[in-house]
Amino acid sequence: MKNHLRLGLFIFLTPVLLWLLLLIIVPHIELLIMSLHGKNDTGDMVWTLANYRHFFTEEIYWYTFVRTALYAIIVTILTFLVTFPVAFYITKVVSPRLTGFLTILLLMPFWVSELVRVYGWMILLRESGVINHLLVSTGLLKVPVEMLYNDISMLMGLVYTSMLFMVVPLISSLESMDDSLIEAAHDLGASPTTIFLRIIIPYAAPGITSGAIVVFMLALGNYLTPKLMGGKNSLWFTEQIYNEFIASFNWNQGAAFGFLLLALSSILIWSGLKISRQHLGKALS
Amino acid sequence: MIRTLPRQRGYTTAFRIYIILFYLFLFAPLVITCILAFNDSNFPSLPWKGFTLDWFLADGPQRIGLLHDSSNMRSIWVSVQTALWVSILSVVVGTMAAFLFEQEQFPGKQGLYFLALTPLVIPGVILGISLLLTANSLGIFFEDTLGLDIPFLRPSFWLVVFGQFSFIATFVLLVVSARLKKFDHSLEEAALNLGATRFEVIRFITLPFLRPALIGSGAVAFLMSFENFNTTLFLVGSETTLPVNLYLQVRDGSTPIINAVSFLLIVSTSTLAVINLIMTKHETSA
Repeated sequence: MKNHLRLGLFIFLTPVLLWLLLLIIVPHIELLIMSLHGKNDTGDMVWTLANYRHFFTEEIYWYTFVRTALYAIIVTILTFLVTFPVAFYITKVVSPRLTGFLTILLLMPFWVSELVRVYGWMILLRESGVINHLLVSTGLLKVPVEMLYNDISMLMGLVYTSMLFMVVPLISSLESMDDSLIEAAHDLGASPTTIFLRIIIPYAAPGITSGAIVVFMLALGNYLTPKLMGGKNSLWFTEQIYNEFIASFNWNQGAAFGFLLLALSSILIWSGLKISRQHLGKALS
Repeated sequence: MIRTLPRQRGYTTAFRIYIILFYLFLFAPLVITCILAFNDSNFPSLPWKGFTLDWFLADGPQRIGLLHDSSNMRSIWVSVQTALWVSILSVVVGTMAAFLFEQEQFPGKQGLYFLALTPLVIPGVILGISLLLTANSLGIFFEDTLGLDIPFLRPSFWLVVFGQFSFIATFVLLVVSARLKKFDHSLEEAALNLGATRFEVIRFITLPFLRPALIGSGAVAFLMSFENFNTTLFLVGSETTLPVNLYLQVRDGSTPIINAVSFLLIVSTSTLAVINLIMTKHETSA
Protein backbone atom coordinates (compact mmCIF):
# COMPACT_ATOMS: atom_id res chain seq x y z
CA MET A 1 0.00 0.00 0.00
CA LYS A 2 2.71 2.40 1.05
CA ASN A 3 4.71 1.59 -2.09
CA HIS A 4 1.70 2.16 -4.32
CA LEU A 5 1.18 5.57 -2.83
CA ARG A 6 4.83 6.54 -3.29
CA LEU A 7 4.72 5.42 -6.91
CA GLY A 8 1.53 7.41 -7.45
CA LEU A 9 3.12 10.47 -5.92
CA PHE A 10 6.11 10.08 -8.20
CA ILE A 11 4.00 9.70 -11.33
CA PHE A 12 1.91 12.80 -10.54
CA LEU A 13 4.79 14.86 -9.28
CA THR A 14 7.15 14.44 -12.23
CA PRO A 15 5.12 16.17 -14.97
CA VAL A 16 4.03 18.92 -12.58
CA LEU A 17 7.61 19.60 -11.54
CA LEU A 18 8.77 19.58 -15.17
CA TRP A 19 6.04 22.03 -16.10
CA LEU A 20 6.74 24.46 -13.26
CA LEU A 21 10.49 24.17 -13.40
CA LEU A 22 11.05 24.37 -17.16
CA LEU A 23 8.26 26.74 -18.12
CA ILE A 24 7.88 28.98 -15.08
CA ILE A 25 10.86 29.02 -12.68
CA VAL A 26 13.80 28.74 -15.08
CA PRO A 27 12.41 31.27 -17.61
CA HIS A 28 11.79 33.84 -14.89
CA ILE A 29 15.28 33.39 -13.45
CA GLU A 30 16.60 33.77 -16.99
CA LEU A 31 14.51 36.95 -17.34
CA LEU A 32 16.14 38.36 -14.21
CA ILE A 33 19.65 37.34 -15.31
CA MET A 34 19.18 38.82 -18.78
CA SER A 35 17.91 42.07 -17.29
CA LEU A 36 21.11 42.33 -15.25
CA HIS A 37 23.34 41.93 -18.29
CA GLY A 38 24.45 44.45 -20.84
CA LYS A 39 27.25 45.33 -23.20
CA ASN A 40 30.11 47.29 -21.70
CA ASP A 41 32.21 49.83 -23.62
CA THR A 42 34.19 47.17 -25.41
CA GLY A 43 31.05 45.31 -26.47
CA ASP A 44 31.33 42.34 -24.11
CA MET A 45 28.40 41.04 -22.10
CA VAL A 46 28.87 41.85 -18.41
CA TRP A 47 26.77 42.03 -15.26
CA THR A 48 25.39 45.52 -14.95
CA LEU A 49 22.54 47.59 -13.57
CA ALA A 50 22.56 49.81 -16.64
CA ASN A 51 19.22 48.54 -17.93
CA TYR A 52 17.49 49.55 -14.71
CA ARG A 53 19.41 52.83 -14.52
CA HIS A 54 18.27 53.55 -18.05
CA PHE A 55 14.66 53.03 -16.98
CA PHE A 56 14.91 55.59 -14.21
CA THR A 57 16.87 58.20 -16.12
CA GLU A 58 14.81 58.17 -19.32
CA GLU A 59 11.67 60.05 -18.44
CA ILE A 60 9.53 58.41 -21.12
CA TYR A 61 10.03 54.93 -19.64
CA TRP A 62 9.00 55.50 -16.08
CA TYR A 63 6.33 57.93 -17.19
CA THR A 64 4.76 55.16 -19.30
CA PHE A 65 5.20 52.76 -16.42
CA VAL A 66 3.35 54.94 -13.90
CA ARG A 67 0.70 55.84 -16.44
CA THR A 68 0.06 52.19 -17.27
CA ALA A 69 -0.25 51.31 -13.58
CA LEU A 70 -2.66 54.19 -12.86
CA TYR A 71 -4.78 53.44 -15.91
CA ALA A 72 -4.93 49.75 -15.02
CA ILE A 73 -6.26 50.73 -11.57
CA ILE A 74 -8.82 53.06 -13.15
CA VAL A 75 -9.89 50.29 -15.52
CA THR A 76 -10.36 47.93 -12.56
CA ILE A 77 -12.54 50.42 -10.71
CA LEU A 78 -14.59 51.29 -13.81
CA THR A 79 -15.10 47.62 -14.60
CA PHE A 80 -16.45 47.06 -11.11
CA LEU A 81 -18.79 50.04 -11.34
CA VAL A 82 -20.15 48.96 -14.72
CA THR A 83 -20.64 45.27 -13.95
CA PHE A 84 -21.83 45.32 -10.33
CA PRO A 85 -25.36 46.53 -11.15
CA VAL A 86 -25.58 43.87 -13.85
CA ALA A 87 -24.48 41.09 -11.50
CA PHE A 88 -26.93 42.36 -8.88
CA TYR A 89 -29.78 42.58 -11.37
CA ILE A 90 -29.18 39.08 -12.70
CA THR A 91 -28.92 37.43 -9.30
CA LYS A 92 -31.33 39.44 -7.16
CA VAL A 93 -33.77 41.56 -9.16
CA VAL A 94 -34.84 39.83 -12.36
CA SER A 95 -37.26 36.92 -12.13
CA PRO A 96 -35.34 33.66 -11.59
CA ARG A 97 -36.58 32.27 -14.91
CA LEU A 98 -34.49 34.83 -16.78
CA THR A 99 -31.35 34.47 -14.67
CA GLY A 100 -29.87 31.58 -16.65
CA PHE A 101 -30.64 33.12 -20.01
CA LEU A 102 -29.17 36.51 -19.10
CA THR A 103 -26.04 34.86 -17.71
CA ILE A 104 -25.42 32.85 -20.88
CA LEU A 105 -26.02 35.97 -22.97
CA LEU A 106 -23.53 37.83 -20.79
CA LEU A 107 -20.78 35.25 -21.18
CA MET A 108 -21.12 34.67 -24.93
CA PRO A 109 -19.19 37.67 -26.30
CA PHE A 110 -16.18 36.79 -24.19
CA TRP A 111 -15.55 33.51 -25.93
CA VAL A 112 -14.77 35.49 -29.04
CA SER A 113 -11.15 36.49 -29.49
CA GLU A 114 -10.18 39.82 -27.93
CA LEU A 115 -8.93 40.91 -31.32
CA VAL A 116 -12.37 40.52 -32.88
CA ARG A 117 -13.98 42.52 -30.09
CA VAL A 118 -11.45 45.34 -30.42
CA TYR A 119 -11.89 45.28 -34.18
CA GLY A 120 -15.65 45.62 -33.69
CA TRP A 121 -15.11 48.77 -31.67
CA MET A 122 -12.72 50.12 -34.27
CA ILE A 123 -15.24 49.89 -37.06
CA LEU A 124 -17.87 51.44 -34.80
CA LEU A 125 -15.85 54.38 -33.53
CA ARG A 126 -13.42 55.49 -36.18
CA GLU A 127 -13.88 58.50 -38.39
CA SER A 128 -15.35 56.47 -41.24
CA GLY A 129 -17.08 54.23 -38.71
CA VAL A 130 -20.65 53.19 -38.20
CA ILE A 131 -21.53 55.58 -35.35
CA ASN A 132 -20.21 58.56 -37.29
CA HIS A 133 -22.13 57.47 -40.36
CA LEU A 134 -25.36 57.24 -38.36
CA LEU A 135 -24.81 60.59 -36.62
CA VAL A 136 -24.02 62.40 -39.86
CA SER A 137 -26.84 60.86 -41.86
CA THR A 138 -29.37 61.75 -39.14
CA GLY A 139 -28.01 65.29 -39.12
CA LEU A 140 -26.78 65.25 -35.53
CA LEU A 141 -23.26 65.91 -36.75
CA LYS A 142 -22.11 67.99 -39.69
CA VAL A 143 -18.76 66.29 -40.21
CA PRO A 144 -17.52 62.98 -38.83
CA VAL A 145 -15.41 63.17 -35.65
CA GLU A 146 -12.57 60.82 -34.81
CA MET A 147 -13.75 58.95 -31.71
CA LEU A 148 -11.00 56.35 -31.75
CA TYR A 149 -7.33 56.72 -30.81
CA ASN A 150 -7.64 58.60 -27.54
CA ASP A 151 -7.44 57.73 -23.87
CA ILE A 152 -11.18 57.48 -23.42
CA SER A 153 -11.67 55.00 -26.26
CA MET A 154 -8.72 53.02 -24.91
CA LEU A 155 -10.18 52.91 -21.38
CA MET A 156 -13.54 51.87 -22.76
CA GLY A 157 -11.91 49.11 -24.79
CA LEU A 158 -10.02 47.84 -21.77
CA VAL A 159 -13.16 47.83 -19.62
CA TYR A 160 -15.04 46.05 -22.37
CA THR A 161 -12.44 43.31 -22.80
CA SER A 162 -12.06 42.62 -19.10
CA MET A 163 -15.69 42.80 -17.89
CA LEU A 164 -16.16 39.04 -17.92
CA PHE A 165 -13.48 38.46 -15.30
CA MET A 166 -15.26 40.83 -12.93
CA VAL A 167 -18.84 39.83 -13.57
CA VAL A 168 -18.38 36.07 -13.13
CA PRO A 169 -16.94 36.19 -9.58
CA LEU A 170 -19.49 38.89 -8.67
CA ILE A 171 -22.38 36.72 -9.86
CA SER A 172 -21.13 33.67 -8.02
CA SER A 173 -20.64 35.52 -4.74
CA LEU A 174 -24.01 37.29 -4.96
CA GLU A 175 -25.73 34.05 -5.96
CA SER A 176 -24.70 32.38 -2.72
CA MET A 177 -26.03 35.30 -0.68
CA ASP A 178 -29.23 34.58 1.22
CA ASP A 179 -31.94 37.09 0.26
CA SER A 180 -33.27 37.03 3.81
CA LEU A 181 -30.20 39.01 4.92
CA ILE A 182 -31.38 41.91 2.78
CA GLU A 183 -35.00 41.40 3.79
CA ALA A 184 -34.11 41.43 7.47
CA ALA A 185 -32.15 44.64 7.10
CA HIS A 186 -35.05 46.17 5.19
CA ASP A 187 -37.58 45.14 7.86
CA LEU A 188 -35.39 46.63 10.54
CA GLY A 189 -35.56 49.93 8.71
CA ALA A 190 -32.22 50.15 6.94
CA SER A 191 -32.10 52.46 3.95
CA PRO A 192 -31.03 51.01 0.56
CA THR A 193 -27.68 52.79 0.90
CA THR A 194 -27.05 51.21 4.30
CA ILE A 195 -28.06 47.78 3.01
CA PHE A 196 -25.76 48.21 0.06
CA LEU A 197 -22.73 49.41 2.02
CA ARG A 198 -23.08 47.34 5.19
CA ILE A 199 -24.53 44.09 3.88
CA ILE A 200 -24.15 43.54 0.16
CA ILE A 201 -20.64 44.91 -0.37
CA PRO A 202 -19.05 43.09 2.60
CA TYR A 203 -20.74 39.89 1.50
CA ALA A 204 -19.51 40.23 -2.07
CA ALA A 205 -15.99 41.27 -1.00
CA PRO A 206 -14.28 37.96 -1.90
CA GLY A 207 -15.82 38.08 -5.36
CA ILE A 208 -14.81 41.71 -5.78
CA THR A 209 -11.21 40.92 -4.82
CA SER A 210 -10.79 38.00 -7.17
CA GLY A 211 -12.41 39.96 -9.99
CA ALA A 212 -10.27 43.00 -9.32
CA ILE A 213 -7.04 40.99 -9.25
CA VAL A 214 -7.67 39.32 -12.57
CA VAL A 215 -8.94 42.48 -14.27
CA PHE A 216 -5.99 44.49 -13.02
CA MET A 217 -3.49 41.88 -14.19
CA LEU A 218 -5.12 41.60 -17.61
CA ALA A 219 -5.31 45.36 -18.09
CA LEU A 220 -1.70 45.84 -17.06
CA GLY A 221 -0.48 43.12 -19.41
CA ASN A 222 -2.75 44.03 -22.28
CA TYR A 223 -1.11 44.88 -25.57
CA LEU A 224 -3.80 44.73 -28.24
CA THR A 225 -6.33 47.20 -26.89
CA PRO A 226 -3.98 50.10 -26.06
CA LYS A 227 -2.13 49.51 -29.33
CA LEU A 228 -5.20 49.47 -31.56
CA MET A 229 -7.60 51.79 -29.69
CA GLY A 230 -5.23 54.19 -27.96
CA GLY A 231 -3.71 57.24 -29.60
CA LYS A 232 -0.13 58.00 -30.45
CA ASN A 233 0.33 59.46 -26.97
CA SER A 234 -1.33 56.67 -25.04
CA LEU A 235 1.67 54.39 -24.98
CA TRP A 236 1.25 51.31 -22.79
CA PHE A 237 4.17 49.71 -20.98
CA THR A 238 3.78 46.41 -22.83
CA GLU A 239 4.35 48.34 -26.06
CA GLN A 240 7.70 49.48 -24.66
CA ILE A 241 8.60 45.86 -23.99
CA TYR A 242 7.51 44.87 -27.48
CA ASN A 243 9.56 47.68 -28.99
CA GLU A 244 12.70 46.62 -27.16
CA PHE A 245 12.26 43.00 -28.18
CA ILE A 246 11.05 43.20 -31.74
CA ALA A 247 11.97 46.65 -33.02
CA SER A 248 15.25 47.58 -31.27
CA PHE A 249 16.29 43.99 -30.64
CA ASN A 250 17.67 45.08 -27.25
CA TRP A 251 16.59 42.00 -25.29
CA ASN A 252 18.45 42.95 -22.12
CA GLN A 253 16.61 46.25 -21.85
CA GLY A 254 13.34 44.49 -22.69
CA ALA A 255 14.01 41.90 -19.99
CA ALA A 256 14.50 44.68 -17.43
CA PHE A 257 11.18 46.25 -18.46
CA GLY A 258 9.50 42.85 -18.29
CA PHE A 259 10.86 42.25 -14.82
CA LEU A 260 9.65 45.65 -13.63
CA LEU A 261 6.17 44.94 -14.99
CA LEU A 262 6.18 41.56 -13.28
CA ALA A 263 7.27 43.14 -9.99
CA LEU A 264 4.58 45.81 -10.24
CA SER A 265 1.79 43.37 -10.92
CA SER A 266 2.97 40.98 -8.19
CA ILE A 267 3.20 43.75 -5.59
CA LEU A 268 -0.24 45.13 -6.39
CA ILE A 269 -1.87 41.70 -6.46
CA TRP A 270 -0.14 40.74 -3.21
CA SER A 271 -1.30 43.90 -1.46
CA GLY A 272 -4.81 43.39 -2.84
CA LEU A 273 -4.84 39.94 -1.27
CA LYS A 274 -3.42 41.27 2.02
CA ILE A 275 -5.92 44.11 2.31
CA SER A 276 -8.85 41.79 1.69
CA ARG A 277 -7.26 38.99 3.79
CA GLN A 278 -7.50 36.37 1.06
CA HIS A 279 -5.29 33.63 -0.34
CA LEU A 280 -4.33 33.32 -3.96
CA GLY A 281 -5.92 29.88 -4.21
CA LYS A 282 -9.27 31.16 -2.98
CA ALA A 283 -9.17 34.27 -5.10
CA LEU A 284 -8.60 32.32 -8.30
CA SER A 285 -11.12 29.51 -7.86
CA MET B 1 -34.32 46.52 -3.77
CA ILE B 2 -34.63 42.80 -4.52
CA ARG B 3 -37.45 40.78 -6.00
CA THR B 4 -39.14 39.91 -2.70
CA LEU B 5 -39.26 43.47 -1.40
CA PRO B 6 -41.74 46.18 -2.40
CA ARG B 7 -40.11 48.26 -5.07
CA GLN B 8 -40.27 51.85 -6.20
CA ARG B 9 -41.24 52.26 -9.80
CA GLY B 10 -38.46 54.72 -10.69
CA TYR B 11 -35.81 52.37 -9.36
CA THR B 12 -37.06 49.41 -11.37
CA THR B 13 -37.37 51.35 -14.63
CA ALA B 14 -33.96 52.98 -14.30
CA PHE B 15 -32.42 49.64 -13.53
CA ARG B 16 -34.07 48.00 -16.53
CA ILE B 17 -32.88 50.78 -18.86
CA TYR B 18 -29.34 50.40 -17.55
CA ILE B 19 -29.40 46.65 -18.19
CA ILE B 20 -30.72 47.13 -21.73
CA LEU B 21 -27.99 49.69 -22.44
CA PHE B 22 -25.40 47.34 -21.00
CA TYR B 23 -26.41 44.47 -23.28
CA LEU B 24 -26.42 46.85 -26.25
CA PHE B 25 -22.86 47.90 -25.32
CA LEU B 26 -21.95 44.24 -25.00
CA PHE B 27 -23.25 43.12 -28.38
CA ALA B 28 -22.92 46.21 -30.59
CA PRO B 29 -19.34 45.61 -31.78
CA LEU B 30 -19.95 41.93 -32.51
CA VAL B 31 -23.26 42.44 -34.32
CA ILE B 32 -21.82 45.24 -36.46
CA THR B 33 -18.76 43.15 -37.33
CA CYS B 34 -21.01 40.29 -38.46
CA ILE B 35 -23.35 42.50 -40.48
CA LEU B 36 -20.52 44.24 -42.33
CA ALA B 37 -19.07 40.88 -43.38
CA PHE B 38 -21.98 40.72 -45.85
CA ASN B 39 -21.86 44.31 -47.10
CA ASP B 40 -21.18 44.69 -50.81
CA SER B 41 -18.49 47.34 -50.29
CA ASN B 42 -14.72 47.32 -50.35
CA PHE B 43 -14.50 48.82 -46.87
CA PRO B 44 -15.99 47.48 -43.65
CA SER B 45 -18.19 50.52 -43.09
CA LEU B 46 -21.63 51.87 -43.84
CA PRO B 47 -23.53 52.79 -46.06
CA TRP B 48 -25.12 49.45 -46.77
CA LYS B 49 -24.61 48.62 -50.44
CA GLY B 50 -26.41 45.33 -50.61
CA PHE B 51 -25.90 41.75 -49.53
CA THR B 52 -22.97 39.72 -50.82
CA LEU B 53 -21.07 36.55 -50.02
CA ASP B 54 -17.98 37.84 -51.84
CA TRP B 55 -15.94 38.15 -48.64
CA PHE B 56 -16.32 34.45 -48.09
CA LEU B 57 -16.42 32.97 -51.58
CA ALA B 58 -15.01 35.35 -54.20
CA ASP B 59 -12.00 34.08 -56.13
CA GLY B 60 -10.39 37.26 -57.54
CA PRO B 61 -9.47 39.23 -59.45
CA GLN B 62 -11.13 42.24 -57.74
CA ARG B 63 -12.06 40.55 -54.51
CA ILE B 64 -10.61 37.56 -52.76
CA GLY B 65 -12.89 35.83 -50.28
CA LEU B 66 -11.77 34.09 -47.12
CA LEU B 67 -11.89 30.60 -48.62
CA HIS B 68 -9.34 31.62 -51.25
CA ASP B 69 -7.17 33.68 -48.94
CA SER B 70 -4.34 31.26 -48.28
CA SER B 71 -2.66 33.29 -45.51
CA ASN B 72 -5.81 33.40 -43.37
CA MET B 73 -6.79 29.82 -44.11
CA ARG B 74 -3.32 28.61 -43.17
CA SER B 75 -3.32 30.58 -39.92
CA ILE B 76 -6.71 29.08 -38.99
CA TRP B 77 -5.24 25.63 -39.50
CA VAL B 78 -2.14 26.51 -37.43
CA SER B 79 -4.39 27.79 -34.63
CA VAL B 80 -6.49 24.63 -34.66
CA GLN B 81 -3.39 22.43 -34.39
CA THR B 82 -1.90 24.60 -31.66
CA ALA B 83 -5.13 24.59 -29.68
CA LEU B 84 -5.46 20.80 -29.98
CA TRP B 85 -1.97 20.19 -28.64
CA VAL B 86 -2.33 22.78 -25.91
CA SER B 87 -5.63 21.38 -24.69
CA ILE B 88 -4.36 17.77 -24.69
CA LEU B 89 -1.20 18.71 -22.80
CA SER B 90 -3.02 21.01 -20.38
CA VAL B 91 -5.74 18.50 -19.55
CA VAL B 92 -3.22 15.70 -18.93
CA VAL B 93 -0.79 17.72 -16.82
CA GLY B 94 -3.50 19.84 -15.15
CA THR B 95 -5.38 16.71 -14.08
CA MET B 96 -2.20 15.12 -12.76
CA ALA B 97 -1.55 18.29 -10.80
CA ALA B 98 -5.09 18.20 -9.41
CA PHE B 99 -4.54 14.61 -8.23
CA LEU B 100 -1.21 15.60 -6.77
CA PHE B 101 -2.57 18.50 -4.74
CA GLU B 102 -5.89 16.94 -3.72
CA GLN B 103 -4.86 13.39 -2.93
CA GLU B 104 -1.18 13.21 -2.14
CA GLN B 105 0.76 14.38 0.88
CA PHE B 106 4.35 15.48 0.58
CA PRO B 107 6.64 18.10 2.09
CA GLY B 108 6.53 21.48 0.39
CA LYS B 109 3.03 20.90 -0.99
CA GLN B 110 1.69 24.35 -0.07
CA GLY B 111 4.62 26.09 -1.71
CA LEU B 112 4.33 24.04 -4.88
CA TYR B 113 0.57 24.66 -5.02
CA PHE B 114 1.16 28.39 -4.77
CA LEU B 115 3.73 28.13 -7.56
CA ALA B 116 1.29 26.18 -9.74
CA LEU B 117 -1.27 29.00 -9.40
CA THR B 118 1.08 31.85 -10.29
CA PRO B 119 0.98 31.41 -14.10
CA LEU B 120 -2.57 32.78 -14.10
CA VAL B 121 -1.48 36.03 -12.45
CA ILE B 122 1.68 36.57 -14.48
CA PRO B 123 0.94 38.88 -17.42
CA GLY B 124 0.95 36.88 -20.66
CA VAL B 125 3.55 39.16 -22.21
CA ILE B 126 6.01 38.26 -19.44
CA LEU B 127 5.43 34.53 -19.90
CA GLY B 128 6.11 35.03 -23.59
CA ILE B 129 9.34 36.98 -23.29
CA SER B 130 10.81 34.88 -20.48
CA LEU B 131 10.22 31.70 -22.46
CA LEU B 132 11.66 33.33 -25.58
CA LEU B 133 14.81 34.36 -23.69
CA THR B 134 15.26 30.91 -22.16
CA ALA B 135 14.74 29.04 -25.41
CA ASN B 136 17.14 31.37 -27.14
CA SER B 137 19.86 30.96 -24.47
CA LEU B 138 19.42 27.18 -24.55
CA GLY B 139 19.67 27.21 -28.32
CA ILE B 140 22.91 29.20 -28.21
CA PHE B 141 24.25 26.90 -25.49
CA PHE B 142 23.55 23.74 -27.51
CA GLU B 143 25.00 25.25 -30.63
CA ASP B 144 28.20 26.41 -28.91
CA THR B 145 28.93 23.33 -26.83
CA LEU B 146 27.54 20.48 -28.89
CA GLY B 147 27.28 22.04 -32.31
CA LEU B 148 23.61 21.11 -32.40
CA ASP B 149 21.00 23.29 -34.05
CA ILE B 150 17.62 22.70 -32.45
CA PRO B 151 14.90 24.41 -34.52
CA PHE B 152 12.37 23.91 -31.72
CA LEU B 153 14.21 26.48 -29.57
CA ARG B 154 13.69 29.26 -32.07
CA PRO B 155 10.30 30.99 -32.24
CA SER B 156 8.22 28.17 -33.66
CA PHE B 157 5.05 26.13 -33.45
CA TRP B 158 6.17 24.12 -30.42
CA LEU B 159 7.38 27.13 -28.51
CA VAL B 160 3.90 28.64 -28.90
CA VAL B 161 2.34 25.38 -27.71
CA PHE B 162 4.51 25.30 -24.59
CA GLY B 163 4.04 29.00 -23.89
CA GLN B 164 0.26 28.68 -23.93
CA PHE B 165 0.32 25.41 -22.05
CA SER B 166 2.32 26.99 -19.21
CA PHE B 167 -0.68 28.97 -17.97
CA ILE B 168 -3.65 27.05 -19.41
CA ALA B 169 -2.60 24.00 -17.35
CA THR B 170 -3.26 26.08 -14.22
CA PHE B 171 -6.78 26.74 -15.41
CA VAL B 172 -7.40 23.01 -15.88
CA LEU B 173 -5.89 22.35 -12.45
CA LEU B 174 -8.41 24.72 -10.82
CA VAL B 175 -11.44 23.25 -12.62
CA VAL B 176 -10.49 19.61 -12.02
CA SER B 177 -9.54 20.28 -8.37
CA ALA B 178 -12.93 21.84 -7.74
CA ARG B 179 -14.62 18.70 -9.03
CA LEU B 180 -12.23 16.39 -7.20
CA LYS B 181 -13.09 18.12 -3.91
CA LYS B 182 -16.68 16.90 -4.28
CA PHE B 183 -15.55 13.33 -4.79
CA ASP B 184 -16.73 10.81 -2.22
CA HIS B 185 -13.58 8.99 -1.11
CA SER B 186 -15.53 6.04 0.28
CA LEU B 187 -16.01 4.95 -3.35
CA GLU B 188 -12.25 4.68 -3.77
CA GLU B 189 -11.84 2.94 -0.44
CA ALA B 190 -14.54 0.43 -1.34
CA ALA B 191 -12.80 -0.37 -4.63
CA LEU B 192 -9.44 -0.71 -2.91
CA ASN B 193 -10.96 -3.02 -0.30
CA LEU B 194 -12.41 -5.15 -3.08
CA GLY B 195 -8.90 -5.63 -4.44
CA ALA B 196 -8.56 -2.98 -7.15
CA THR B 197 -5.14 -1.46 -7.63
CA ARG B 198 -4.73 2.28 -7.29
CA PHE B 199 -4.56 2.74 -11.05
CA GLU B 200 -7.66 0.65 -11.62
CA VAL B 201 -9.41 2.89 -9.12
CA ILE B 202 -8.35 5.99 -11.02
CA ARG B 203 -9.21 4.46 -14.38
CA PHE B 204 -12.66 3.05 -13.49
CA ILE B 205 -13.88 5.25 -10.65
CA THR B 206 -12.19 8.62 -10.38
CA LEU B 207 -11.78 9.50 -14.06
CA PRO B 208 -15.41 8.71 -14.98
CA PHE B 209 -16.45 10.94 -12.08
CA LEU B 210 -14.20 13.72 -13.40
CA ARG B 211 -15.40 13.39 -17.00
CA PRO B 212 -17.55 16.55 -17.13
CA ALA B 213 -14.73 18.61 -15.64
CA LEU B 214 -12.23 17.12 -18.09
CA ILE B 215 -14.40 17.78 -21.13
CA GLY B 216 -15.39 21.24 -19.94
CA SER B 217 -11.87 22.35 -19.09
CA GLY B 218 -10.56 20.81 -22.31
CA ALA B 219 -13.04 22.84 -24.35
CA VAL B 220 -12.18 26.05 -22.51
CA ALA B 221 -8.46 25.29 -22.85
CA PHE B 222 -9.00 24.92 -26.60
CA LEU B 223 -10.71 28.32 -26.79
CA MET B 224 -8.13 30.01 -24.53
CA SER B 225 -5.37 28.74 -26.77
CA PHE B 226 -7.20 29.55 -29.99
CA GLU B 227 -7.66 33.19 -29.04
CA ASN B 228 -4.41 33.78 -27.17
CA PHE B 229 -2.47 36.75 -28.39
CA ASN B 230 -0.17 38.16 -25.69
CA THR B 231 2.01 35.12 -25.06
CA THR B 232 1.91 33.94 -28.66
CA LEU B 233 3.06 37.26 -30.11
CA PHE B 234 6.62 36.77 -28.82
CA LEU B 235 6.95 33.06 -29.55
CA VAL B 236 5.42 32.83 -32.98
CA GLY B 237 7.68 31.83 -35.86
CA SER B 238 6.85 31.65 -39.53
CA GLU B 239 3.61 29.76 -38.81
CA THR B 240 1.43 32.58 -37.49
CA THR B 241 -1.69 31.78 -35.50
CA LEU B 242 -5.00 33.35 -36.44
CA PRO B 243 -5.07 36.13 -33.77
CA VAL B 244 -1.54 37.25 -34.66
CA ASN B 245 -2.29 37.10 -38.37
CA LEU B 246 -5.51 39.10 -37.87
CA TYR B 247 -3.66 41.63 -35.76
CA LEU B 248 -1.13 42.24 -38.52
CA GLN B 249 -3.98 42.83 -40.97
CA VAL B 250 -5.95 45.12 -38.65
CA ARG B 251 -2.83 47.17 -37.94
CA ASP B 252 -2.16 47.72 -41.62
CA GLY B 253 -5.70 48.71 -42.52
CA SER B 254 -8.91 46.75 -42.68
CA THR B 255 -10.74 44.82 -45.34
CA PRO B 256 -14.07 43.02 -45.02
CA ILE B 257 -12.13 39.74 -45.05
CA ILE B 258 -11.37 40.41 -41.38
CA ASN B 259 -15.12 40.71 -40.83
CA ALA B 260 -15.64 37.40 -42.60
CA VAL B 261 -13.08 35.67 -40.35
CA SER B 262 -14.62 37.35 -37.31
CA PHE B 263 -18.09 36.22 -38.33
CA LEU B 264 -16.95 32.60 -38.53
CA LEU B 265 -15.14 32.93 -35.19
CA ILE B 266 -18.14 34.47 -33.47
CA VAL B 267 -20.53 31.83 -34.81
CA SER B 268 -18.29 28.86 -34.05
CA THR B 269 -17.10 29.93 -30.60
CA SER B 270 -20.58 30.86 -29.40
CA THR B 271 -21.91 27.52 -30.65
CA LEU B 272 -19.13 25.71 -28.81
CA ALA B 273 -19.69 27.79 -25.66
CA VAL B 274 -23.44 27.12 -25.66
CA ILE B 275 -22.91 23.37 -26.21
CA ASN B 276 -20.40 23.36 -23.37
CA LEU B 277 -22.79 25.23 -21.07
CA ILE B 278 -25.72 22.94 -21.85
CA MET B 279 -23.55 19.87 -21.33
CA THR B 280 -22.20 21.00 -17.96
CA LYS B 281 -25.73 21.97 -16.86
CA HIS B 282 -27.00 18.57 -17.95
CA GLU B 283 -24.19 16.71 -16.20
CA THR B 284 -24.52 18.57 -12.92
CA SER B 285 -28.31 18.21 -12.80
CA ALA B 286 -28.16 14.52 -13.71
